[in-house]
Amino acid sequence: MFDTLSDRFDGIFKRLRGRGKLRDADVDEVLREIRLALLEADVNFAVVKDFQERVRERCQGTELHEALNPAQQVIKFVHEELIAILGGETMDIQFATKPPTVILMAGLQGSGKTTNSAKLARWFKQQGRNPLLVGADLQRPAAVEQLRTLGGQIDVPVFSEPSEPVTVARNCLGEATRLGRDVIIVDTAGRLSIDQALMDEIRDVSDAIEPHYTFLVIDAMTGQDAVTTAESFHHTLELDGVILTKLDGDARGGAALSVKEVVGRPIAFASTGEKLDDFDQFHPDRLAGRILGMGDMLTLIEKAEEVFEEDQAEAAAAKILEGQFTLEDFLEQMQALKKMGPLNNLLGMMPGVPKEVKDTEIDDKQVSRVEAIIHSMTPDERQRPEIIDGGRRQRIASGSGTRPSEVSQLLKQFKEMQKMMKRMGGLGTKKLKKKAKKKGKASRVTPPKKAQKAGLSLPGLGDEGFDLAALGDFDDLPGLK
Amino acid sequence: MDLLIVILIVVAVLVVAGVGFVVSRGRGAPEAPAGEPAVAPPEAADVDVAIEPEATAPVEEAVLEAPVTFVSRLGKARSALSGYLGSIRSRSVDAQTWDELEEALILADLGVETTTRVLDDVREQARVDGVTDPSVAIEMVKSRLKDELGGRDVSLDANGSPAVWLFVGVNGVGKTTTIGKLGAREVGAGRTVVMAAGDTFRAAAGEQLELWADRSGAQIVRGAEGADPSSVIFDGIAHAAAIGADLVMADTAGRLHTKSNLMEELRKVKRVAEKGEGVVAEVLLVLDATTGQNGLIQARQFTEAVDVTGVVLTKLDGSAKGGIVMAIQSDLGIPVKLVGLGEGAHDLIEFDADQFVEALFETV
Repeated sequence: MFDTLSDRFDGIFKRLRGRGKLRDADVDEVLREIRLALLEADVNFAVVKDFQERVRERCQGTELHEALNPAQQVIKFVHEELIAILGGETMDIQFATKPPTVILMAGLQGSGKTTNSAKLARWFKQQGRNPLLVGADLQRPAAVEQLRTLGGQIDVPVFSEPSEPVTVARNCLGEATRLGRDVIIVDTAGRLSIDQALMDEIRDVSDAIEPHYTFLVIDAMTGQDAVTTAESFHHTLELDGVILTKLDGDARGGAALSVKEVVGRPIAFASTGEKLDDFDQFHPDRLAGRILGMGDMLTLIEKAEEVFEEDQAEAAAAKILEGQFTLEDFLEQMQALKKMGPLNNLLGMMPGVPKEVKDTEIDDKQVSRVEAIIHSMTPDERQRPEIIDGGRRQRIASGSGTRPSEVSQLLKQFKEMQKMMKRMGGLGTKKLKKKAKKKGKASRVTPPKKAQKAGLSLPGLGDEGFDLAALGDFDDLPGLK
Repeated sequence: MDLLIVILIVVAVLVVAGVGFVVSRGRGAPEAPAGEPAVAPPEAADVDVAIEPEATAPVEEAVLEAPVTFVSRLGKARSALSGYLGSIRSRSVDAQTWDELEEALILADLGVETTTRVLDDVREQARVDGVTDPSVAIEMVKSRLKDELGGRDVSLDANGSPAVWLFVGVNGVGKTTTIGKLGAREVGAGRTVVMAAGDTFRAAAGEQLELWADRSGAQIVRGAEGADPSSVIFDGIAHAAAIGADLVMADTAGRLHTKSNLMEELRKVKRVAEKGEGVVAEVLLVLDATTGQNGLIQARQFTEAVDVTGVVLTKLDGSAKGGIVMAIQSDLGIPVKLVGLGEGAHDLIEFDADQFVEALFETV
């Protein structure tokens, strides 16, 4: 159901290749796809409409570069416009000149206010501050206990009393001074935006503490209603920013886009997991990619940078493209890759990978078997797997505790991969070629022009294939440096 | 680092080691299902069976409260057919009518696919019938939606001694609260209810359920924080069987459907519960009405893991419409059984397709 936008574009743009400019009819078709993708990502209907118009303006009258295919260019427009809406900058938190800095947390029931109050406190603590958590959610049974437990886990004091939320809010200021805390985070009860009595109550809480920052906590899975909720809270409280929670699921988080567009306040923080340290400031460019279904490429690259040496990785990639990648190299790369986390997660972060492939369960134990098989080969066999005959295969199998058929299977897969990568070598990217050339390793390089034109189809990765050339184009996106 | 390099290496490795290898193996020789791990008898030590006094008297507030209906609840906040649909009615049926109906359905979170499917059909039928009155067109859409959603058995299966109802869902949808409210309803109906605090992960979740148990006159079985949820629920069932209770309502920790280890834990919870003396009669997916298109994916994943028998749609008293349940019912065949319309103990009521559909078209 969630095809990526670039997959959707493929069909349209196949017909457009070689054409220098997009006709109005083509633009309409492209915009329909954009609309669908954004609506499926839960971006609000009205926001999508405006967005379409902006992209239309950019598409019309723009001469297409000959070097880029139209799909790449339109996706680039869309991505840029998304970032423009989301705001390119990470929010800068200013501390009050006269402490304490007061923060109010507001939101619907179940959006994650209590958990994220604690996460925020932990974040401030990391910044060298001394936060105080305030439990003003006296509505939900045991909400204050929950906050106390969380406060205990991060060693941050919690203030609350069984009175009224406004009283708690008023009294917490004195408590902060008494304890010498310089940041106060006030957790409040979840409330529906149409519940006037409770909205009045939170306004009173806000008036009592005069917060420096008021954050709306919003669940990344929220649908079209995000706009109504955000508008209503903004109207009552004047929000300063949004905390987007549960981003570790597979929701696209289009709600964030809607909220930003409607209330004009940035997404300040994002929560990406159940642990208290799965929380950080928000990077708009990453969400733009996610909404478009481009996978979490940036995270992928960051993880890769942690485990791969740049030079080695480049050398390996050049070898892959030339078909000179040996089982030895393969083993090395696979071991590095394993450090990046379970393969299934990596696959999920890859842009353009069809859903069927993403859904494939990859058992990391299988990977260990592959490792065992290669470990049981002699160096000579790893360099030249073609010398492996029946006898050697038997030996490798018993050495690695596998069956000979599994050894054959691996060799077959490896050979196929080599063939496939060689084909890709013909299509590979200019940049990579240049680098490879500098190293004097690329001897058989096909002219890169072909690469620009042809969308690349990887056997085994579904019919849609995936367009490496298009990916190359994202090199210059912010955050990718 | 160059993105391409990373991708090349990842692809190369995945093709050989991961996808290719596993896919071909998987299809050729399906792995024998892993032997059912022997269920360790739950350790009595980490579970604390708190037996409440025989508090069967229903809570006072519950008695006084008037029965809640969709209409009485929603009527407060919504005025029927105002907003855009008002403007539709003033013209004759044209392309814009259908665009506006599309907008209404998408804004109610029905999703593009369901909306298009329904509207294409109705539009064709309206053309054939020569419909020009927009009110008729709107009624046609409504009755189509009511037909699709209605006619399902929304009662909860209470057969078994005890019958076990398992509550599952992502974080923050209202599982614990739903159990609290439903517990009050069932106690009020004269059943003996045991709540099993299977959410041993979230801080103070057990306390929250205990407060609900106190309020509603149910008994509760709790484990220590971090205890194995399967064994807490197993003990809950054993306790219920021992005292001859009718119902066990088993809470579980909220979990995102993308976390395979947590979904595995949930599978185990159900397997272990099935080994108890009762019958797992209902597995209810609790879904927040504000949830957008991700709701369908949630429902699919939870059904795959524990075979969901019904949906509880919570927080429907807000401005969100919960239209994703249309797709859940049509794609997965899982009916909505209950809806949550407020914070009071009696604000959880049986799903009514007619009223739900009427509410879809109302604006706040």
